[in-house]
Amino acid sequence: MTSNFIILPLLLHMATAIVLMFLWKRITAQRIISVISNIVILIVGILLFMQTWKTGIITMQAGNWPAPFGITFVADVFSSTMVLFTSISALAVSIYSTVGINRARMKYGYFPIFHFLFMGLNGAFLTGDVFNLYVWFEIVIISSFVLMTLGGKKPQMESAIKYVAMNMLASVIFLTAIAILYGLTGSLNMADLSIKIAQIENRGLVNITGLLFFIGFGIKSAVFPLYYWLPSSYHTPPSAIAAIFGGLLTKVGIYALFRFFTLIFIPNEFITTAFSLIAVATLITGALGSIIKRDMRRMFSYLIVCHIGFMIAGLGLFTEVALAGALFYLFHDIIVKTNLFLVSGIIYRIKGTMNMPKLGGLYAEYPKLSLIMAIVFFSLVGIPPLSGFWPKINLFQAGFFGGNYLLIVAMIIASFVTLYVIAKMWTEAFWKTAPPLDPDEKAYIDGFTVLRPFSKLLLVFPVVMLMMVSLYIGFGAENIMVISKHIAAQMMDTSPYIKAVLGNEALNIQ
Amino acid sequence: MELLFVVLIGVLYGTGIYLMLRRSMVKLLVGLLLLGNGANLLIFLLGDLVKGNPPVISPDSSVFTAVYADPIPQSLILTAIVISFGLQSFAIILLKKVYLATGSDNLDDLNTHDLDI
Repeated sequence: MTSNFIILPLLLHMATAIVLMFLWKRITAQRIISVISNIVILIVGILLFMQTWKTGIITMQAGNWPAPFGITFVADVFSSTMVLFTSISALAVSIYSTVGINRARMKYGYFPIFHFLFMGLNGAFLTGDVFNLYVWFEIVIISSFVLMTLGGKKPQMESAIKYVAMNMLASVIFLTAIAILYGLTGSLNMADLSIKIAQIENRGLVNITGLLFFIGFGIKSAVFPLYYWLPSSYHTPPSAIAAIFGGLLTKVGIYALFRFFTLIFIPNEFITTAFSLIAVATLITGALGSIIKRDMRRMFSYLIVCHIGFMIAGLGLFTEVALAGALFYLFHDIIVKTNLFLVSGIIYRIKGTMNMPKLGGLYAEYPKLSLIMAIVFFSLVGIPPLSGFWPKINLFQAGFFGGNYLLIVAMIIASFVTLYVIAKMWTEAFWKTAPPLDPDEKAYIDGFTVLRPFSKLLLVFPVVMLMMVSLYIGFGAENIMVISKHIAAQMMDTSPYIKAVLGNEALNIQ
Repeated sequence: MELLFVVLIGVLYGTGIYLMLRRSMVKLLVGLLLLGNGANLLIFLLGDLVKGNPPVISPDSSVFTAVYADPIPQSLILTAIVISFGLQSFAIILLKKVYLATGSDNLDDLNTHDLDI
C-alpha cells in the first residue's frame, strides 16, 4: 500500500521548527507551539501505528521514482512503533522543557533544534534507503551537537569535544561501509539490498561490510568497546536534553542495527557469536561502571550502556523469541530512560546537586513525588509486574533454548547490579537524612518549592505521563508482546517487506 | 588509475587515523577531515571509474549495454561533502570555544570535571 501520509511525522516536525525559527525571541509562543505540535504529532503517530497494524506495510516513493531507483520511505510495524514511542517521549520532554530549560537557552534556539532533532529521528525510523538513513543520522547528530553545546559551560564544552569527535568518526565509518556496500551491489535500497546481498559469493567481504556497519552504529548506540564517550558526556547537558539523548539517541543506533542485521546482513554463526560476546561485555562493563559512580546522572549513563546489552543480546541469540524480547526491551527502555533523566532533573532542581553522598531526605520532604519516582526506578529494575521484567523472560527463555549460558549469567548479573545501584541510590538520596553542610558552603535554596504551582505541574506531569506509559507496558504486557512478536516475525521473514517495497515480482525473479 | 586511487585512499585513511590519535585538538579535527575525504574518494572509486561514457541511453535501445559512468556515487559524494562541510565548520567553532574556555589544545586537559566523580 502506498501513501504519502507516512512522512507526516517528519514533515510536521520540520514545519514546526521553521515556524519556531521565525519566533526566535518570543519564548512563550515557542513553548506553546512546540507542545501543541508535539501533541499533534503524537496523534499522527498513533494513527500511523493503527494504520500499519491493520493494513500492513505502507510505502512512499519520493518523487514517484519507482524503487529501487528513488528514495523509499517504508512504515512497517517496527518503524511506526518506534515513531509512536519517540513521539510520546518528545511530548513529555517538550512539556518538561518549558520549565526545565532556562530562558537563555531558549533564546538561542532550543526549541527549533529540538524539532529538527526529532525530524531526523523520525526520518531515520521511516526511511528504506541506506544513504538516506545516513543523511537522517547526520541531521540527528548535528542537532544533538547544538543541544549539547547550547549554553556553553566549561564541562559541557569539554564533553562536547568527545561527543562530536566520536560521532563524526562513526559517520565516516558508516559512510565507508555504504561505499563498500554500493560497490558490492550497486544499490542503496534496503529491500533491494536484502535480495542482492544474499546472492553475493564473496561472503568474507559481506561480513566485513556488516561489521563496519556494526562499528558505525555501535559507536552511536554505545556497545562494549565503543561506549566510553557516553558516560563522559551525557551528564553535562541539562536534564531535558540528557533525557532526549539517553532515551532516544542510543536507541536509533539500536534500531539501525536491528534493521540491518535482520534485513540486509542475515547473521551467520560468526556474527551471532560476536554479538553474544559483545552483549556480555556491554552488560558487565556497564553494570560495573554504574556501581562506582557517585554522581546520579553518571550512574544513569552507565545504566544506559548496561541495558543496551540486553538489546544486543536479542540480536546475538537471533531467534524469534529473543528478538521479541529485545524489541520489548527497546520500547520499555525508550520510555524509562527518558523518564529517568527527567526525574534526575527534578532532583537537581530540589537539591542543587547530583552527588549522592550530598543528597538525602527527599522522601521526608516530598513523599508523593518520591513515590512517583520509585515507580520509575522499579520499572527500570524490572520488578514484576513492572515493564522491565517481561522482556527478560523472553531473553532468558531464548538463552536456555540456545544453550547460551554465558549470556544468561551476564544478564542476571546486570539485572542484579541494576537493582543494587538503584537500591543504593534510593537509600542515599531518599531515605537517609540530608548530611550537614560544610561550614564554608552556602546553603542551596530549594529551586522546586519556589516555583509557581503551574510550573511545578509542568515539571511533574511529563514524569507522571511517562510513568503511566511504563505502567501500561508493565500491566498491559501482553499487548506489547503481541506487537513485539509481530515485528520479530517480520524480521525473521522479510519477504512481506521486500514485496511491499519492490512489488510482488521482486522475489520471483531469481 | 584505480591503483593510484587505492593508494591515495589508503594514505588518507592512514594519516587521518594517525592524526586522530594525537593529543592535539586541531590534529584531531584535521584527522577527521582527511578521513571524510578518504571516504568520499572511496565512494567514487567503488562506483567504478569510467571515462567518457555518460549514462545516457541511445534512442534505439531500452537498457544499458555498455559500461557507463554511474552518476549516483557523485551525487552521494556531493551530499556527503555538504554535510561534512557543516559538521566541520561547527567543529572548528567548538574547538575555538573550548580553547578559549580551557586555554589548552591538549585533549588530556579536558577531564577537569572527571575528578570529583
